[in-house]
Amino acid sequence: MAKTSMTRWLVLGLGLALAGPAAQAQPAPIKIGELNSYSKWAAFTVPYRQGWQLALDEINAKGGVLGRKIEIISRDDGATTGDTTRVADELVTREGVSFLFGSFLSNVGVAMADYANQKKILYIAAEPLTDAITMAQGNHYTFRVRPSNFMQVGMLVDQAKASGAKRWAIVAPNYEYGQSAAEVFKRLIKERVPGAEIVAEQYPALGKIEAGATVSAIEQAKPDGIFNVTFGPDLTQFVREGNARGLFEGKFILSLLTGEPEWLLPLKDEIPEGWTVTGYPWDEIKDPKHKAFVDAYQTKYKDTPRLGSLLGYMVVNMIRDTIERAGSVETEALIKAFKDAKFDTVIGPVTMRGLDHQSTMGAWVGKLVLKGTHGGMTDWKYNDGASFMPSEAEAKAARKD
Amino acid sequence: MDPSFLVIQALNGLASASSLFITACGLTLVFGVTRIVNFAHGSLYMVGAYTAATLVPKLLDLSYGPVAFWAGLLIAAIAVGLIGILLEVLLLRRIYRAPELLQLLATFGVVLVFQDLVVQIFGPQDILGPRAPGLRQPIEILGRRFPSYELVLIAAGPVVLGSMWLLLRKTRFGILIRAATQDRDMVAALGVNQALLFTATLFLGAFLAGLGGALQIPRVAANTGMDLSIIAECFVVTVVGGMGSIPGAFLAALIIGELQAFGILIFPKSTLVIVFLLMAFVLAVKPNGLFGRPEAVGASHAVGIASRAPSRWSAVIAIVVFALFAALPLIADPYLLKVATEILILGLFAFSLQLLIGVGGLVSFGHAAFFGLGAYGAALAVKWFGASMEAAIPLGVLLAAAGGALIGAFVVRLSGIYLAMMTLAAAQILYAVAFQWVDVTGGDNGIVGVWPPAWAGAREVYYLVTLTITAGVLVLLARAVHAPFGYSLRAARDSESRAEAIGLRIRYHRWTAFIVAGASAGLAGGLYAFSRGSVDPSLLGIPTSVDALTMLLLGGIQTLAGPLLGAAVLHALRDWIMPLTHFWRLLLGLSIITMVLVFPRGLVGTLARRREERA
Repeated sequence: MAKTSMTRWLVLGLGLALAGPAAQAQPAPIKIGELNSYSKWAAFTVPYRQGWQLALDEINAKGGVLGRKIEIISRDDGATTGDTTRVADELVTREGVSFLFGSFLSNVGVAMADYANQKKILYIAAEPLTDAITMAQGNHYTFRVRPSNFMQVGMLVDQAKASGAKRWAIVAPNYEYGQSAAEVFKRLIKERVPGAEIVAEQYPALGKIEAGATVSAIEQAKPDGIFNVTFGPDLTQFVREGNARGLFEGKFILSLLTGEPEWLLPLKDEIPEGWTVTGYPWDEIKDPKHKAFVDAYQTKYKDTPRLGSLLGYMVVNMIRDTIERAGSVETEALIKAFKDAKFDTVIGPVTMRGLDHQSTMGAWVGKLVLKGTHGGMTDWKYNDGASFMPSEAEAKAARKD
Repeated sequence: MDPSFLVIQALNGLASASSLFITACGLTLVFGVTRIVNFAHGSLYMVGAYTAATLVPKLLDLSYGPVAFWAGLLIAAIAVGLIGILLEVLLLRRIYRAPELLQLLATFGVVLVFQDLVVQIFGPQDILGPRAPGLRQPIEILGRRFPSYELVLIAAGPVVLGSMWLLLRKTRFGILIRAATQDRDMVAALGVNQALLFTATLFLGAFLAGLGGALQIPRVAANTGMDLSIIAECFVVTVVGGMGSIPGAFLAALIIGELQAFGILIFPKSTLVIVFLLMAFVLAVKPNGLFGRPEAVGASHAVGIASRAPSRWSAVIAIVVFALFAALPLIADPYLLKVATEILILGLFAFSLQLLIGVGGLVSFGHAAFFGLGAYGAALAVKWFGASMEAAIPLGVLLAAAGGALIGAFVVRLSGIYLAMMTLAAAQILYAVAFQWVDVTGGDNGIVGVWPPAWAGAREVYYLVTLTITAGVLVLLARAVHAPFGYSLRAARDSESRAEAIGLRIRYHRWTAFIVAGASAGLAGGLYAFSRGSVDPSLLGIPTSVDALTMLLLGGIQTLAGPLLGAAVLHALRDWIMPLTHFWRLLLGLSIITMVLVFPRGLVGTLARRREERA
């Protein structure tokens, strides 16, 4: 497979030609493929790239792993399911990477999991949250780091118990992530809050919310609680219209991911105060290891970290540990090393559960508050993912392998 | 349902209608005078939104108040108007006499250029503008709160309509515009400075697009997808209202705004479909739109493949090329094979479009519809029936052929720009279905797990399968082009009335052409789906249609081999250049524009012409 044609060298140009002589001096680097929606979802993915770049630089400065440097070949996945498998195939067949990690949107993550299973190559889903990746579509080759929808919604529903809200409305983007979150919310709220009912469901297309119409349709149902899954530009428009029409007044609002700086910052001073959210209060976490990460990040990029930054940093460090334990970059050895592996991360110990390939990374749950000109979280608490995972029996039943 | 809710929903509809009208009005005005359907109108709208969203906060920092806000919007709109002038002087005035296909493609090239420029200039983030000073408080209507800015928007539509009416009826400039809309040759003959008139019209049109975009900033974040989404809606508005008719655009925008506002209550997930179905319905009943007049100028100055005797050598060349392709697995690495597989598939896709455009003179702007139908048909067969590839691809072809029969039946009555718009609408309906009918098509998620069976799983095998199928179908299609069927199509393309006079059933032949082209494109779609394991709505999107057109244009519309070469060149270039640069769309857009201006005959066409000139 390693027949490299002349033309390709010419086209790939100087970059490779210059890298050539340098690479001969020491063992060839470990090549890892990375793909994410850098142009379409820059708010999350660009800080994420800076996060993994920071980790990569630190690792290589210490001599890499197994005596080899790590090289990450990064591509834009176009944010569609079709493009992503094309790009993945390019990374595997042309660049010869050992395994893949990345993805942002859940539908893209599901397509990548399917691709990994078909081509028998390890894939680490960094961000995609849909339960499908570790449950119904889960497979031998796919691992996920972020807490799944089931885990994060579970944390939020626990907060809903005390609120007394019974009539719930759901607003969620109409694709894998939103559908999965809405489904698990419907299930958990009925299981854990006696007498709860769903009175309205709005599923705007991702990135195409008609905020005015959506808000009045929810208002019409007179809910006393709202579960929001929208993020990015949809969220900004939904919040603005909701504020303007007084939708949120006197209601208990649960919202996934809204406390993450990437989605809070664009809201500026229009923060809907009092929402109960999952998020990342990076400036209030006092743990010294986490603080060291924040300082290094701020020194390097002159910017505040987002959740994406933390995730990128954690994932590449976990990859390093796994390669070291596996002793090679051979797919089955890596998978074996990943299963039930314990990692010592900047936010504390995290385990990769071997049964469903879901890590125990947790999430911060708190309330939104306006701090000067921008929003932040107050009254927050870190929930370890381990206590919110689906039971082993449930995971076993859902998975096909 | 209580009445106050209905009133609020109607007001929501009016606000959307108003903003849609302001933008669409510019498009229809420009079309009326220049006869060019400006695809880049949506890009101007997007630039207006980005400019205003960046500029207004700065002005508000200087002096907070309504004056700064509204002045910012106006400055943004004027800036966009100036871009319109540039666009006219640099590009449009060179293609007024070109065939519609080239005009559409050239302005689409501008769309691509703007997509990359906007990201470079304004950054990749979506920008939500500030709220209008003085209009932050909602107003109570029947006990419900309604944003007061929406009321301003509702008023803005009729204000623009009124000013356009005054401008067109009461000023000399307006009289000239109306004259040019009716007969621009006569206006030229009377000694009016046409260049100035056209430039001014473009300024006005672009200004309205910019204004439409700028007015959106407090309610919609400026984002990089807004150009294509607004242009699709603007096309519907202008086509439903009648191309070139401003009152028609107003009425159409009203209908569409309200349809969307109430459609969300009845069919919450199919708002896009409703809009495009309306367009299909209106065109089927009134082929010129509500207030449109039949085209004054004969619309067909079609370009297409020439009728020349097939050369003795072409069969030999074809066999040699086939042999070379068949030998490829011996030397190529897996990645090269994958690219070659895709080139074969896209070559078939472009060739099927050639049958419509080059042979039949039917400018289809929605060829992705058939490609996508083939792909979705195959994927659904796998998902529902667990069909294997051998059964799934023929089912996809069947679905695409049925789509060709249905769409063909609607559009064979139309010609020129209306045909192009109608095929575009058809593709957009299917796109909307694939995107919004989540239970069946998976929506944005698409359908995954569409892999070939074990025997064809290896890249070499799948490549050879693709090669055999595409080569076989290409031979059959080439036969059809040189058969009486192809000659009838060409006769109808070159002179509809003469072809009819000698007794050819033009509509029947064109309808057949749609079925054949649809089935072949569907075959390409099915092969494509299995080559990458999934389908998603982007297969049905405008960019896929434009890809096929670009391949055709690149290779040359006048020759049979053109689309194949065009597919090879475009896909190979994309594959090599895309990972190296962030400016792929900019480069592609500029190359499309250059091709339209410099070699409108394409690669093969230019070579052939040079050979003829030498002879």
